[in-house]
Parts: sequence; C-alpha cells; structure tokens
Amino acid sequence: MMYLEKALAKQGIDLDAIALGSKQNASRRSFMKMSLGGAAGIAVVPSLSFAQDAKTPAPKPGQKPTEQPAAFVTISKDGTTTILCNRMDMGQGIETALAMICAEELEADWSKVKTAFGNQKGNYVDPAAGMHLTGGSNSVKNSYTQYRELGARTKAMLVAAAAKQWKVDAASLKAENGFIVSGSRRASYGELFDAAMKEPIPEAVALKDPKTFKIIGKPTGLKVSRAKSTGMQPYGIDVKLPGMLTAVVMRPPVFGGKVKSFDAAAAMKIKGVRAVLPVDLDRGAKGIAVIADGYWPAKMGRDAVKVEWDDAGLGKADTAAMLTQYRELAKSPGRQAPADRFKADVSILASAPNKISTEFVFPYLNHAQMEPLACTVDLKANECHVYTASQMPGVDAATLAQVTGLKPEQINIHVQMAGGGFGRRAVPTCEYLVEAANVAKSYIASGKRAPIKVVHSREDDLKAGYYRPFTLHRAEIGYDNEGKIVAWDHRIVSQSILKGSPFEAFLVKDGVDGTTTEGMKEPYAIPMRVTVHHPEVNVPTLWWRSVGSTHTAFVMETLLDEIAVATKKDPVAYRMSLLADDARGKRHKEALQLAVDKSGYGKKQLASGMHWGVAMHESFESVVAFIVEAGMKEGKPVIGEVTASVHCNFCVNPRTVETQVQGSALMALATTMENHAITFKDGVVQQNNFHDFPMPRITDMPKIAVHIVPSNDPPKGIGEPGLPPFAPALANALRRATGKPLREMPFKLA
Amino acid sequence: MIRFQLNGKTVTVDVDPSTPLLWALRDNLNLTGTKFGCGIALCGACTVHLNGDAIRSCMTPISAVANQKITTIEAQAADRIGKAVTDAWVKHDVAQCGYCQSGQIMSAAALLKGKKNPTDADIDAAMAGNICRCGTYTRVRDAIKDAAKAIA
Repeated sequence: MMYLEKALAKQGIDLDAIALGSKQNASRRSFMKMSLGGAAGIAVVPSLSFAQDAKTPAPKPGQKPTEQPAAFVTISKDGTTTILCNRMDMGQGIETALAMICAEELEADWSKVKTAFGNQKGNYVDPAAGMHLTGGSNSVKNSYTQYRELGARTKAMLVAAAAKQWKVDAASLKAENGFIVSGSRRASYGELFDAAMKEPIPEAVALKDPKTFKIIGKPTGLKVSRAKSTGMQPYGIDVKLPGMLTAVVMRPPVFGGKVKSFDAAAAMKIKGVRAVLPVDLDRGAKGIAVIADGYWPAKMGRDAVKVEWDDAGLGKADTAAMLTQYRELAKSPGRQAPADRFKADVSILASAPNKISTEFVFPYLNHAQMEPLACTVDLKANECHVYTASQMPGVDAATLAQVTGLKPEQINIHVQMAGGGFGRRAVPTCEYLVEAANVAKSYIASGKRAPIKVVHSREDDLKAGYYRPFTLHRAEIGYDNEGKIVAWDHRIVSQSILKGSPFEAFLVKDGVDGTTTEGMKEPYAIPMRVTVHHPEVNVPTLWWRSVGSTHTAFVMETLLDEIAVATKKDPVAYRMSLLADDARGKRHKEALQLAVDKSGYGKKQLASGMHWGVAMHESFESVVAFIVEAGMKEGKPVIGEVTASVHCNFCVNPRTVETQVQGSALMALATTMENHAITFKDGVVQQNNFHDFPMPRITDMPKIAVHIVPSNDPPKGIGEPGLPPFAPALANALRRATGKPLREMPFKLA
Repeated sequence: MIRFQLNGKTVTVDVDPSTPLLWALRDNLNLTGTKFGCGIALCGACTVHLNGDAIRSCMTPISAVANQKITTIEAQAADRIGKAVTDAWVKHDVAQCGYCQSGQIMSAAALLKGKKNPTDADIDAAMAGNICRCGTYTRVRDAIKDAAKAIA
C-alpha cells in the first residue's frame, strides 16, 4: 500500500513527477517506504528498510543515481576533493560526517577534502527514503553504507584508470592518502580523476575493515568551521542574485485570516519600496507582501501599511481556556493508541496499594533557530530556482510545481546552509517556500519580475506558526510496596501534528498520531494503556527536535523516579530492574551504567543542597542517559556537573556526538526556564522576540561531559536523542531538593 | 550619503539615515558575515566594532557611524587579536550551525582588546548578550581563554 503516494495524490501531487532525476522507479518506490518515522520516531514505523517494488527489476549495484561517484566526488588537478552532501546541514555536522565516511574508503587526503550540497534531484535522495530529506536523526544511519560505497567505487575507478595508464594489473596498485601507488610510481587522484570517471562503475566493492579506519571514528572538526568563524559561510538568508529584491510579508494575526482592506499609500512613499501587493498565504490566509530594494525599506514599508483583517469564523486559540478544555477531555479515555504495548488491561488499578494520579502540562514551543526563515525565489516562464535551507526539498519541489504551474523538473531547489533548524525547516505544507513563490507570482502578476528573497523578522518567525503542540498528560498509576507497577492508565491530549498533512496516512493510525505517543513506556516492562485525544485547534503544529519525546520522556522518567524513591529504591537500580535482558534492554543498561561510572553517582559526596537526578531515554534508536547534579539556591535552580552517556552504536564522529548532546541538553534546559512558552489569546501569539521568549545564555550553560558506549553495530542518530532525558534528570534532582515534583514546563519553582 | 571607515577603507552608502548599520552592511555593502537574529539587540548576532567597541549593528542607525571606524567579522583574519580568536574558534570546533558565531567572535575580540586575561566573570559579562541556540557556550568560553593565551 503506497500510503504516501496516495496521500500526495489526493493533494494533486504526482510523485512520478517529483524530479528524482532518474527514470528508475526504484527511487520513487522507495519513497513510499521512507522513514519519516525517523522524523517522527522510529518506534512508530518498525519496518523502514529500503524495499523494491516487486514489478521493477532491481538495478544492479552501482547503477542507482545514489550510487554514482561522479555525482558525489570531484577531484581537481591540485587534489582538492569535493564531496557532496545529500542532506541539509543545520549545525548537526552532516556535511562533515558524510565526507568522513566517503573519504575513508576513498583513501583521500582529508586535509584536501571540501564539502558542498547536492540539490533535490535523483542523485541526492536519501537512499532509504527515496527523496531529499533531512530529519529523524537518520542521515548517518541511512547513508553510512551509501557513502562508504561511493568512496570505495571512486577509489576503484581511480585504480582502474592508473592500471590502464601504467599497463599493470589493478590488483597490484595501492591507494593511499590521495595517491595511487605502484612500487615507486605515484599518481595523484587529481591527475587521474578525469580518466577515472570514464571507467565503468564497479558493481561490487570491498569495504575496509573498520579496525583500519583512519578518519571514521576520530573526533573531527567541521570542514566548514573556518568559514563559519570568519563570516565567509553563506546561509540561506545571505543569498544575493543579480537584480534581487527583498520582501517582508504581513501575515494575519489569527491563522487563516484575510486582508479585508489595506492602504499602501504611505508605504509606497518610502524610498526603496517597489510594490505592496496582496499575496496568498498558508492555511488559506491572505496577506500583503512589501517588496523593496532591501530588508530595511521593506520593513519600513510594512510598518507603514494600514490594514484591516477579516478573521470572522476562524478558531481563536486561547491557551488558558485550552488548559481547562484539555483537562476536561483527559477525564475520559481517548482513542486507543494502536501499538500493542499501549493496550494493557488496567482494570486492576483500583485495587493497587499505592497510587499516583496526576497531570503534566507542556506549552507550545517555537523552534527559534538563530537564522530567521528566508527563501529566495527566481521564477521565470519555464523554470524556477529556489534558494533556501529546507529539510524536505523533495516535497518542496513537488509542491512548488503545483504553486507555480511548472513541471517538477523545472523546479530547482538549491540547498543552503541553515542557521539552525530543529524541525522548523521540515514543513509538510512547505509553507515558507510556498509563501515566497506566491510573492514572486504576485510581483509577476503586477507586471514586473525579479528574483525575490522573502525574509522573516524574529517576530515573524515567532508568530508565523508551526509549534511543538501544547500537550497535557494524565497519568493514573498503581504500584505495590516493592515498586512494582501493577497498572498504568495514561491519557494524552495534544493536537495531531500530521493530521491533514501528506504524512497523515503514513503515521496516523486508528486516529492516533504516532508522534504524540512515541517515547511512552518503552523500554520498560510496565502494563500500560495509552489513549489519546486530538483536539482541533487553529494553531499549526510541527515536529520540534526529538518530537513526541520532548514530553513523553519527561512524564516517564519523572514518574518512575518518584515511584523508585517512594518505595525506597535507588533510581538507577530501579530503572535497571525494569529493563529486559534483550538487546534493547542491554543498550539501555550499558548507557545508564556508563553515566553512573563516569559521574561518580552514589559514590561522590555532593555539596550541601545538591542532589542527584537521573533519567534516560531512547529516541531515533539511540539511548542517552543523563546524571545531573542540581539544587536550589534563593528560589532558583543551580546545576552542578552534568554527565551524559550515549549509545548510538558505532560512532562516526565523536566530536559531533559530544556537541549534539551538549546542544540538545541546552535546548532542553531552555524548555525548563521561566517564560519559555508560546501562549495564545484571541488566536494571537503573545510572544514577540527574545525578551518574552527567552533563551539560555552563556551564564546558564552547565558543564556537560559526554561519554560514548563503544559499539560496532550500524550507526544510529544523534541530532535529537540528547534532548529528551535532560529535563527529567534535572527535574528529578530538583524534586529531591524541594520535595515537590515538577509537572509543568517551563518549571514552576516559586 | 553617509561616509565611514569600514574595515580600514572609506565607504559611502546612500540609504535613509535611520537604516540600521546591519542592513547597510548586508544589503548595500554586501558584507553578509554580520548576521540578523532579532533586530532589537537581544541576541548579539549582529555584533560589530565601533571604534573598537562591540556594538549591536541592528539598533545602530547608519547616521550614528558617519566618519567613525566600523570593523566587521570579515576583517578579523587580518587583525592580530581577531586572528587569534578565529583560530581558537576553529581549534575548539566552536561552531555548530555557526549562524551566531560572527557575533560571538566580535564580542570575544572586543573583550580581549580590553582585557588580556579575562576571568570567567569577565567572559560572562562580555558574552551574555550573545545567544547561541546550538549550545556552544562551553566551547566559546574555552576558545576565549585559549585566544587570550595566544596573544599574551
């Protein structure tokens, strides 16, 4: 069943027409098996492997567009080796990680390796997803073997070219550090490259023994580190094309609102303003684009436009009222979550000797990536070039083809470096790209044409929508005096992220969105029932770094900790006792034990007032445990040393694992801090900028040591798994300091 | 027409005098290393030097820099202290997404121009205006200390 294909077809999107750059159905078909479950939590969709359509003969190895060395590796005469990245980089370092993997097998000179990005077309699709997609922490996981083979194939072709030139047996040649060597003869990759690319692509290639790795597995700095430290790294917002104009958009205060009337006279008097035009926006909204020579005149123009909005008949979200409504809903069970692990019989609950009956509240969250959204569209009669940092250029191209009336192959998405993403750049509706295309269309309709860059202000970014959903959990737990949980009845009230999106058919089952429940229960052996209410609210929602686990991990790990302490069990030992003796349980035990060993948990004497806090969580197939030292001082939390341990299987770049886990922890810390919440009144976002949606500063950063469990199993994700367990570990330490559990984010500590 | 010194060269720019220096740099003078993050001096991504002091270019009208000396991230590699800071940034792999790092580096370089051997409290005071959403703060601190040693 090609769920996604049908879902997209319903929206008029023809996947055959998505510019995959290849006539081979393999790419297209594999799209159906894609793992946006990765973006949504692997637990939701267990079978995500690349699968061939039965009717299509499998192409021979080396024949797929994703296996073509020439599309990924370029070596110039001076040896500069450019390796193209088939993902978007938003700081997770994937351009370096994939280059490391390829360079290892290529036996390249790492000092001469550079990185660049591929476009949305056939060569650069995720080999498991069949489309250009960055999400679900799955880039290394899905492309590890692909990039090793690309490196190995390129090397084999260089060897073949040298063998031909020297008239020797290829088997007698060696590749080392950018040279092909035969006895005293040496030829650089740069000299051989053009000839090598004319050699046939080998079908089968032998891969290196990991014990001989020189690059993979070594802590490695980002290839773009110098460019990013000298102002030389261009981002999407920095794009400049000849004759380009800049636009800002006036969006309605209530999602879906329409311009009733507007007066552009004052705006048009501002020097540099070229046009003030009505423009179609997301969710059927109609707004106004102010197009000018640069950002500042555009912004001044927007400030001068007088507008009256029509928001009649629209839902007007009010988070205070929603809390009451969500509480009411949680009084009764919702739809049964489809996974078997959520279907326990909880009738025994009433007779349990000890009970916890409580609720948790999590606010809407904005991603607040540091680079405000920006998208440049150069729309012409028969082609369209789009310059932006997007996590889903494959879906974008198909959607923009519809919006522009062009053919998908006429859409070219030039993937840019992103100043952060965290999920905001993976919008199923492609909202900010569609908006930019509509601005370009409006300008053309007015009789002019120019490439136009639409730039969000910070306020636009905070108010334009797509938030981690406001979520309420209700837990009824029964446990005995030994801490054994006899029944756990759980209800979640949260908007569905995927309902109405092309991914609905794929990830929403039995009316329950898998992104809402991911992270509940597993891996613990607990009899649990989970039911879900999905209220309809006029607020666009989206995945946000680690998605459902942003709230489910907090609920699970704080409640288990409370039960451990209430039954006089050590929180680490208690968790260990709930883990199975299978492979999954083993990974959790290894991660938790490493954190215990490295932190000195239970052994080290903590300063007076400081307490241990423990939590662990698996997301995107990686397990992260945190042990936090924390206490309260003058009503405020004080964080001491923080120890993280990571089980992500084989680790390609330990430096990136460290930075991703540290960064994830800080992002989690932000969610605990005062006022870090998006709230609504009369349908309008109440926050504006970093003064009322505050961010942690250098003074808030705890010291976080990151340790990695050694493993030779196939690599898993690291962009997100560090986030979910940090906040509950901190909450568990603070509960011990105050004696009061924390049930709300941001934390209420007063 | 407003004239000022930019990275050692005299430049003129013809924009409304209220235009923030940030947008004159980015849109008119084509120096995009200075970043737009918040527009109201809350995040520090737009930090540049005015006569050697760190300022937020997003709230500094171009009229205020007439005949003054402005230095941006693009000129740091050619500056003794700026070079030490950027080298330390690369050595410590500070950047993740990197978007805020131009501003972080400009704040750090201004700090080191005034204080050769900054304490943690000095670093806190100088850097608390620069937001990093990727959480690179520990490396920022380590890199500043390393750069201080390099220029000592």
